[in-house]
Amino acid sequence: MKTCERSFVISGARVLDPQQGLDELRDVLVSGEKIEAVDVPGAFKDTVDVDFIDASGLILSPGLVDLHVHLREPGFEWKETISSGMEAAAAGGFTEICCMPSTEPVNDRAEITKFINEQSQVGVGARVRPVGAITQGMKGEIISPMIELKEEGCVAFCDDANSVADALVMRKALEYSLMLDTVLAVHEEDHNLARNSMMNESVTSVKLGLVGMPEAAENVMIARDIELARLTGASVHFCHVSTARGVTLIKRAKEDGVPVTAEVAPHHFTLDDSMLESYDTMLKMKMPLRSEENKAALLEGLKEGVIDCIASDHAPHEMDSKRCEFENAAFGIIGLQTTLPLTLAKVKEGKLSLNRAIEALSVNPRKCFKLAPVSIAAGQVADMTLIDLTGSFTLSDESNKSKSKNSPFWGLDFQGKAVSTFVAGKRVFEANN
Amino acid sequence: MSHIGPHLLGIEGMSRSQIDFALDTAKEFVEVSQRNVKKVPTLRGKTVINMFLEDSTRTRSSFELAAKRLSADTINLTAKGSSINKGETLLDTAITLQSMAPDVVVIRHAAVGAPHFLAKHLKSTAVINAGDGLHEHPTQALLDALTIRQRLGRLTNLKIVLVGDILRARVARSNFFLHKAYGNEIRIVAPPTLARQEFKALGVKVFYDMPSALEGADVVMSLRMKHEYLKDFFVPNLEEYSRRYLITENLLAKYAPDSILLAPGPFVRGIEVASDVIDGPRSCYTQQVRNGVAVRMAMLFLLGVGKSKENAIQEKLSGADNEEGTKS
Repeated sequence: MKTCERSFVISGARVLDPQQGLDELRDVLVSGEKIEAVDVPGAFKDTVDVDFIDASGLILSPGLVDLHVHLREPGFEWKETISSGMEAAAAGGFTEICCMPSTEPVNDRAEITKFINEQSQVGVGARVRPVGAITQGMKGEIISPMIELKEEGCVAFCDDANSVADALVMRKALEYSLMLDTVLAVHEEDHNLARNSMMNESVTSVKLGLVGMPEAAENVMIARDIELARLTGASVHFCHVSTARGVTLIKRAKEDGVPVTAEVAPHHFTLDDSMLESYDTMLKMKMPLRSEENKAALLEGLKEGVIDCIASDHAPHEMDSKRCEFENAAFGIIGLQTTLPLTLAKVKEGKLSLNRAIEALSVNPRKCFKLAPVSIAAGQVADMTLIDLTGSFTLSDESNKSKSKNSPFWGLDFQGKAVSTFVAGKRVFEANN
Repeated sequence: MSHIGPHLLGIEGMSRSQIDFALDTAKEFVEVSQRNVKKVPTLRGKTVINMFLEDSTRTRSSFELAAKRLSADTINLTAKGSSINKGETLLDTAITLQSMAPDVVVIRHAAVGAPHFLAKHLKSTAVINAGDGLHEHPTQALLDALTIRQRLGRLTNLKIVLVGDILRARVARSNFFLHKAYGNEIRIVAPPTLARQEFKALGVKVFYDMPSALEGADVVMSLRMKHEYLKDFFVPNLEEYSRRYLITENLLAKYAPDSILLAPGPFVRGIEVASDVIDGPRSCYTQQVRNGVAVRMAMLFLLGVGKSKENAIQEKLSGADNEEGTKS
């Protein structure tokens, strides 16, 4: 990171930092990698040798974090690289992203983590926080060397879509993690119940003749891991929860004091499975799109705080793997640049407060993965996101920074977007208009 | 208005008048197959590609025969030995087909929505779905309907019972949509692993025992138990299945004395249907096969003959439409 950059003042922004209960117009002076001072508007107007960034009418938030991103490198660089993912993340307002271990080879040893860290030094954009595998090769058999992975910089552990099927292995992994002050993130899918499934099990799947994944395939695993977290005292984070029952189970676990947290993906609170009648392969993902009722319950859970945060589950794929029969199409969609717009759409609809949205995108994800908190206050690292609540955004060839284009939101118009992203006092993204 | 086309992808979304129109057209072609010379020049110079990417004998030969009786040039493509087995994508197959400029492509594919995908990518070619995964098999439902209409003189006010592997039968779904369009009562009966509760959302009544399902039925359809998939364990074994779900003359005589039996086939005697029913007067099985050719001729004709002519023929047939209406 370059030093000796000129100091600058972000002036006139509405600074929204839920951790401090701050929601006021403030000027923010950034010097080097850090915030030097935060004061009332105009306080720095006589400061010499600084640049001014006019942010009137904009929101300044602590940098956004995405806990669930697939960067595809090493192994699948044609889908996404670490640097293209970092750039897309910054364009989506994220200052930190956690990358899943489902690469080739799997991030289950220090050398892979080291490689990811080195590659991320080359890129410009969001900070990259690697997530290590829970088990070696994500095979669900032998625990990964979590100590060396953690020492190399892994912030959490996850076996991704493989889910750890063997409850005893999961118990051991949870126990093992206790010495590391970390968290195991879990994609909850019982692979027997979900066998061959392409979409949610529902009226639509019955009608279309596609094999469905019952909600129970997710719920039984959530229930199991709540009990294992209760048994071991280790922290469990539930990835992309998609069912109302899941929300209820997590709510009860939290009430019992079990150390669990949860995230929701924006497509799950925006779309539902009835849309699959179009056979649009862009709507194929895991967890699958569920029913309207589940969608409502997820939003409610997010509002109440049962669901702690929002994560994109950014899953880039080349178009060929989507331009085919539904059954042969790849699972997943990209989401780094649509997560904030889709969240702000719910704010606009009045279904989520802006404060809660910012909390779910910046404060809470850091808590879930035990990352260092980031705040807009003097002395803090300058990781910040400048948001325009009314600015129009369209995911298009022009705006898209990912190497892939697989998104059901491609070409749609949104209101609300990130206009600038700052990482360690450096502007890593600036919107064109 | 009973316009059909440009594709036949499924029964879902077809109106009653469209189905009536398809069946009326098929009725005309039943007669062609009874002639001494079973061939008409209707589709001379037209190309029909039969693309069967999943094993099929009866549907494939029925479509082939239908196309030949209409004087179309036909090509058969199967997955075995074709470029599809060499890893060609369906999109590339579509592009290849496109350059052959066929008038109609008939497709059977293991993937749900494959015909829809093809229809989206083929310009000026009509696509007929000959079965996509577990989704739809529209010509089978149409030939069933034609058979019912011939035997019972009506397609309304019916109680239809489907017995067997409903979960994995595409023809079941096509029949649901068809009989829903006519407001008929649809019942399914099978072990609960196959007659799943979700079907209720499609307006279907779900039964687990034969007597209550059969009570007062007009039409009984036997759906094949896909025992080649038995390793999935939807039922422990076929003998156990037949203890409860075998369709026998005794059962029908007692609970549905006026019913007819349809079987899309192939069926297993003594497991799904007893021989006394298959060989008895209720059985419509051979009539179904005959009607299959006629229905497929009708669909190839309606979709393959081209737009301008189609309108003319539609007008011609709309008279027949009314005639049939007054009869029933």
